[in-house]
Parts: sequence; structure tokens; C-alpha cells
Amino acid sequence: MDWLSRNLPYLMAGISVGGQYALIAIGYTMVYGILRLINFAHGDIFMVAGLIMVYAVTAVPMYIAIPLVIVATVLLGFLVERVAYKPLRSAPRMSVMISAIGVSYLLQNLALYITGGLSQQYPAIPWLSDTVTILGATTKRVTLVTPFLTLFLVIVLVLLIKYTKIGMAMRAASKDFETSQLMGIKINSVISMTFIIGSFLAAIGSMLFFTNYTGVTPTAGAMPGLKAFVAAVFGGIGSIPGAVIGAFIIGICENIIRGLGWTTFSDAFTFALLIVILIAKPTGLFGEKVTDKV
Amino acid sequence: MSKKTKMIWNVGLIAALLGLLFLLEQVMLPSSMLFIVLKKGAIYALVAVSMNLLNGFTGLFSLGQAGFMLLGAYTYAILTIPVESRASVYQYFDGGIVQFAIPVPLALIAGGIVAAIFAYLIGLPVLRLKSDYLAIATLGFAEIIRAVFQWDKLGPLTNGSNLLRSFPTFQSVLFPFIVAGICIAVIVLLINSTYGRAFKAIRDDEVAAEAMGINLAHHKRLAFVISSFFAGISGGLLAMYQTTIQAATFESAMTYEILLIVVIGGIGSVTGSCLSAFLFIACSEWWLRFLDNENLFIGSFHVPLLRPGFRKVVFSVIIMAIVLFYRKGIMGDKEFSVGAIANFFKKRFGKKKTAGGGASNE
Amino acid sequence: MSRENVLKVENITMQFGGVIAVDNMNLEVNKGEIVSLIGPNGAGKTTAFNVITGVYAPTNGAVYYKGTKIIQNHPQGKMKKLYHGENPMTYTGQRALAPTPDKITKLGIARTFQNIRLFKSQTVFENILIAKHLRRTSNVFTATFRLNAKEEAQMRAECEELLKIVDLTDVRDELATSLPYGKQRHLEIARALATKPELLLLDEPAAGMNPQETLELTEFIGRIRDEFGLTIFMIEHHMDLVMEISDRIYVLDFGKPIAEGTPEEVRSNPRVIEAYLGGAQDE
Repeated sequence: MDWLSRNLPYLMAGISVGGQYALIAIGYTMVYGILRLINFAHGDIFMVAGLIMVYAVTAVPMYIAIPLVIVATVLLGFLVERVAYKPLRSAPRMSVMISAIGVSYLLQNLALYITGGLSQQYPAIPWLSDTVTILGATTKRVTLVTPFLTLFLVIVLVLLIKYTKIGMAMRAASKDFETSQLMGIKINSVISMTFIIGSFLAAIGSMLFFTNYTGVTPTAGAMPGLKAFVAAVFGGIGSIPGAVIGAFIIGICENIIRGLGWTTFSDAFTFALLIVILIAKPTGLFGEKVTDKV
Repeated sequence: MSKKTKMIWNVGLIAALLGLLFLLEQVMLPSSMLFIVLKKGAIYALVAVSMNLLNGFTGLFSLGQAGFMLLGAYTYAILTIPVESRASVYQYFDGGIVQFAIPVPLALIAGGIVAAIFAYLIGLPVLRLKSDYLAIATLGFAEIIRAVFQWDKLGPLTNGSNLLRSFPTFQSVLFPFIVAGICIAVIVLLINSTYGRAFKAIRDDEVAAEAMGINLAHHKRLAFVISSFFAGISGGLLAMYQTTIQAATFESAMTYEILLIVVIGGIGSVTGSCLSAFLFIACSEWWLRFLDNENLFIGSFHVPLLRPGFRKVVFSVIIMAIVLFYRKGIMGDKEFSVGAIANFFKKRFGKKKTAGGGASNE
Repeated sequence: MSRENVLKVENITMQFGGVIAVDNMNLEVNKGEIVSLIGPNGAGKTTAFNVITGVYAPTNGAVYYKGTKIIQNHPQGKMKKLYHGENPMTYTGQRALAPTPDKITKLGIARTFQNIRLFKSQTVFENILIAKHLRRTSNVFTATFRLNAKEEAQMRAECEELLKIVDLTDVRDELATSLPYGKQRHLEIARALATKPELLLLDEPAAGMNPQETLELTEFIGRIRDEFGLTIFMIEHHMDLVMEISDRIYVLDFGKPIAEGTPEEVRSNPRVIEAYLGGAQDE
């Protein structure tokens, strides 16, 4: 019991961070599933969502700011795809990945310019930011809400993909990009939809994440972004449940390591885990095996 | 042109360049922006070429360059801080455990070797991975290195998360030029050797390369180790240029910058990487600096938007434009050489002569 | 057999998951012969090639080259339960003696591919020069600092020589992929020859060729066999070519060899006719 009450905060933080990573990881995994692209800019879109919130609350009340942030982030994700990835559809995959790195660079520099490089105080979202006490551990309510909200959103998403027409198109596109095009699937709208869903989840993720961390800096998206990507790879890139499970595992492990007093290694651990899983099972926990034809 | 005249031209050009740099240093202030750009440009040219060896010539998409630079920089710094300064540098760690210093050239090479050893070890498992997975694994490796070097327990060696300083640095711009120049020359020789051809074969078609008797694992590891060796040396040079180093600054953003340099120069072009390194540094550090000036007037018109940071925004927009609309980069996969220029002029001005000059193997 | 045995495939079975692609295949190729492997699409011909050249490890069986066992495997791990081929416990020795394609090429078995695989960014000459890399004696250091100048010069001379023989000297500095299709085939064969093989495996060399080009290729294959003292084992669909050039033919259907013999014998074999006419309507 003593051990539990000492470690509970870390465990709770882990589950909560895991949920936030999961929301970002879905964006990575869906885009990769269809375009075979590591969308390096996704973490920065997450950061920009945080900044939009910072500036939105100075102008409008919170109940408008939240939907505004979501809409603006979705729009940003959509635009990034249209401007930076769509023109490169027939280019080698490496070009698109480099374009993604370029977008990431641009978003970070833009954020740097707008904020002047100072960490921006993230507004307290009422109710979510309230402090609660559970089993003797004090935490913000967001910590408790995150895992449930995440699971709820994931279930909705999985149902969407399983039972709607656009979801079916997405699955077809991720199985075989060219053939699905021949079958009359409007590939561009499928891809746009993927980015819209990814950005929507990233926007929600950013609200949950920054409520816990309070400061938004231009590089705030880089690390959570990378970790969410690792989570996606860990779970088997292209698989949504895989990404979610991977994200929870990484979030929990990372915080337990913090709890053990190895803070320096919490980031390094994530990547070590990545390398180990890639070597042991290159397609991740739930990934499908692909073989090259000779 | 015969091989001999080409050689004479190249040597002459290099001598002229070094002479020019020497002259410039005599007449201009050492704090001039030009020298900053030239020094940093030379270092980035080396690391960009080393990355190009992997990404452009062997087709291995690796994003670990910052990690190998960190290894080189730390090795260099740890081995060269004068013994008498160690007590103050390692003030939290009782002067550290290394109590000797070796000459600068040896330390630079040691930096390369340490990076190469790490590359060998990490390459054993990681190089079996394909494209994206390799990229993300090497990126992860760089992040691990960065974290490990900030670890308190390694403090006596790495000074933990504190700065390393007081190691020997360079004053003259000639130093990084000569070191980077030699390294790049070696890489070029490698690329044009039978091993370089094997690398390019692997890039073009792994299955066919293997069927031609090329041992994939061996050659990939070779390219990875050699590339890391030179990244390590460039890390040492970077330490010298910056005069202080800190593990936290070797972020993945640094690797992205190097990758962008390679892409802008042209994937698979050594001269492209060199040119683009200087252009990249000049743009980001110097030419666009006026954009950061809030009080810029053209006539009486106060140019809007300008304030610190705007330079980088414009710069990244330029980069995006190049990535999107000028995909092949400055040089494509061609090389800039005396022979190429001669051929260019021959084509332009002496169409009759071209009939005779065909087969050159460069 | 009167002649020396170059390639011997013994009880090779290749099973992917639950599907058997090659089923207990046995065949032999003797020195100086041209042997063809034919069969309807999906009969497992290319899979057999990929096993012989080390691209796939077979599920079961062994391959011998000039009397030495070079590949051997038996069902292990997951395959142990899934395997439903023959002789599961015969080849339980060491897993493989020359398991990877590069080692097999080094032994003297070179191959071409069904869908041409040339080095796209390289010229005709460079494509051939790359094949010389495996017989190098230099290491990376001596090669970089040009201490192997003599060897390098010899490599280049040999390639020039080869270009002359295969009649590609006039396109020496063209990009390999800019050549017409037929010439690309010739180049791919020349590249395989540059590795100095004794046994050459051709995977559908005449695929996509018109009758004229096929005729030229037939002549070409015969010529290089004599000139380089080669043994040739090939997969082919063009029956004119196969019947004209082969000393012996193996017929494969559903992964199983169903007939073997001289062109005349095979042509009149009822099982072959059934496989071709009754199975897939193919060529």
C-alpha cells in the first residue's frame, strides 16, 4: 500500500500521458498506413494547436476557444497535406518525408517568430484543470479524464473506419494505394480525411497534454511527436489499436522510470524500446508482414 | 581533357582558394560575418557530404548524424582540455577522470574513431531495417546518445549536463577548410572506387546488387561506419568552432538541417552538398539577417512584419519552395568539376570539338 | 551420367504458410548443357530459381553445386507443424552452407531476373564493372587510396573485352535504362557473365521480346555458352526458343516436376500436354 501510494501519481501520470500520446500516434499511424509517410510535421501541428489555444483565449471565451482550436488545427492539417504533400504524390517517398521535415521546420520557426521564443502560459481549462485527490494522491482532473476520453475517441474512430463508406475507402487505400484508385476511390479526399481526423485528435491531445504542462514552446511538439511516432511503430505502424496500446505502454514505462529517479533516461528509454522492438519484430506488435517480390 | 590536366586544374583551383582565404584574413576583420559563414559552412559541408555518402550514394536513410557529431565533439573535447583547466571545467566532478591531453589532430581522429565504433555496434542490428524504420531507429539512437551523455553518473567523463569548454580552438578559417577538404577528398576517392560503385549498386537495386555478389550487410555497415567516422570528425571541428559544447544542443533538429542541406544540394552530389552547406549557412546566419531588423525603412516606408525570428520564417519558406518545386536540388546527382565546366563551354561555343571528346570515366 | 554434374536439386520443397510452391523437386544440370524449366504460370519456376540462388531458404531439401552441398534446410520452428511435404527429417544437418545470394554468386552461379533489374542510375559500362567487385582483392583502404590501380585497370579491361563480345561497345556510356528492351536483356546477361560464372541461370530471358529479338537471343545464348564454356539453366515461356536451344527440359506443374527429357520427348508427353491445355491456358 505504501508502495502504491508513493507510485500511484507516476502510474496515473503514465496512463494519462499514454492517452495523450495515443491521440497523436493515431495521426501518425493512419497517415503512414495510407501514404507510407512519416509525417514529421504532425508533432508540430500538435504544438501549433497549443499555441492557437494560448492566443484564442485572449480574444474569445473558453467555450468558443475550444471549438475554434479544433477547427483551426484541422484546417492546418488539411492545408499542410494539400500544399506540401499532395504535389509530391508521384515523387519518391524520401522527397515527401523531406517535405514533412521542411513543414516541421517552417511551423517551428513560425511559432518562434510569433511567440518571440518565450514559453507561453497555457490557459487553465475549467473543470479539466481542477485539482482532485484520489487514493491520497493529488492530481489534475485531466489525468483521470484522459484515458477515458482517449478510449472513447478510439472506439468511435474504429467504428467509423469499420462501418462507414469513407472508412472502407481508407482501409482499401492502405491495403493497396494504386488499385483503390483504379476502383474509383477518390484518393485525395480519403487522404484529406485522414489528415483531418489526425489533426482533430492531435488538437484534443494538445488540450489534454498542455493542461498538464502549462508551457507551450516552439519545440514543445517535437518530443511528444517523436514519442507518439515510436508508439505507432511499437504497436505496428498502420494499426490503430496497436498505436493506442503502444502509446499507453510508452507513457506508463516512461513515468515509472521517472518515478525511479532516472529522469535523464525517460526519453532514451522510449527510443531504446523502439530499437529493441524493431530488431525483434520489425513490423511492431500488430503490424502486417510485407515481403519484397523478386 | 586528359586526367593530368584535370589534376593540375583541380590542384591549382584549391591552391588559389586557400590563397584567397589567406589574403582575406589578412585584410578583413576576423569577426566579419564572412568568416563565420566560411568556418561553419566548411564544417557543415563535411557532415553533409558524410550524410550524402549514406543517403545519396548507398541509399540508406539514416538520421543519426547529430548523434555521431556529438560523439566526435565530446571525444575531441574530453581528450584535449588542458590538464590545468580540468579542475575548473569539471568543477562538480573533482576535475574529471581523464587527466591528460593529446594533440588536436589526434583528438579529431579519435573523435572519428569513437563515432565509427559506435556506428559499427549500432549498425549490427539496425542496418537490417528498411528505409523508414532505419531512419527512425538511427534518430532514436542519436536521442539515446544525447540523453546518456547528460547523465550525472557519467559526469567525471562527460561533465554531465554542464558545458565542456577551454579546449583548443581554431582562429584561422584555413583550419576547418583544410581538415574538411581532406576528409571530403577521401570520401570522393571512396565513392569513385570499386567500393563506391558497390554502394551505388546497393542504392539502385539491393536484390540485383546481392545477385552480383555484393555482400549487403558488409557493405552497408562499411558505408555506415565510414560516414559516421567523418561525422565524428566534423563534430570535433564543430566543438572547436563553438568553443563550448553541451550534449543537449545536438538535437534531432540538427540532423534535419543537415538533411535539408543534402537535399538542397542534390542527393548524390558531393559538390552539391558543399555548395549548399555554404549557401544554407550564409542564408540562415548572414544574408537574411536584415529581416530580423525591426526598424528597416525603404525610403520612408516602414517595412512591416520584421522582427527577430522573421529571418528564419522566410528561410524555411525558401526551403519548402526548393523541396516542392526544385526537387532535384542545386546539382541533381551531377558533380561540379573543371571537366564539367569545360564540357559545358565546349557544348556552348565549340560544337565541332565535342565529337572527339567522349569517354571519360570520372 | 557421363558428364560432370554441375547443379543438383534434391527433394526441394518450398512452402509459404500453408501453400506449397515447390513440391519435392529433383533435378540435375550437367556441365555444358542448356537445360530449361518450363511450366504454366504459377507453377513455381521462379521460386525454384530463388531457392537455388539463395534468395529464399527452402523449407526442406538440399542443393548441390559441383558435388558440394551449398544449401540445406529442414522444417523448423513454426514450419515444423505446418509442413505437409515429403522427407521432413532427412536434411537435418547444418542449415545452409552458402545461404545468401552473394555467396552463391561468388561460388560461380550467376543469374538474371524475370523483370530486368539493372542499376538504373549507372551506365552500361558501370553496370558491368559492378559485377567485377566480388572478385576484388583490395580492401576499402587500398581501394580508396588507389593502391589497387593494377587490379582496377584489369577490371576495366575485362569489362571492355566483355562489352565487345556482347556487342554493346557502341552504347558503352549510355544510361542502362535508356537502352531498348532487348539490349537491356543482353546487358543483364553480360552483367551476370562479368561475375565469371560457370553456371548461368536465366529467368525468362525472352519475356516481352518480339520474334526477331527472340531469334537474336537464341543465337546469343548459344554463342555465350560456347565462348565462356557455360552451363545454362533457364526458365522460359517461348517454346520456339526452348525447343531450339535446350538439351533437356524439365516441366513443372503445381510445384511438382511432371516430365523430363529431350525436347522431342517432352513435346510428345501426354502429361505435359494436359498440364498446358487442361490447366492454365498459357502460351
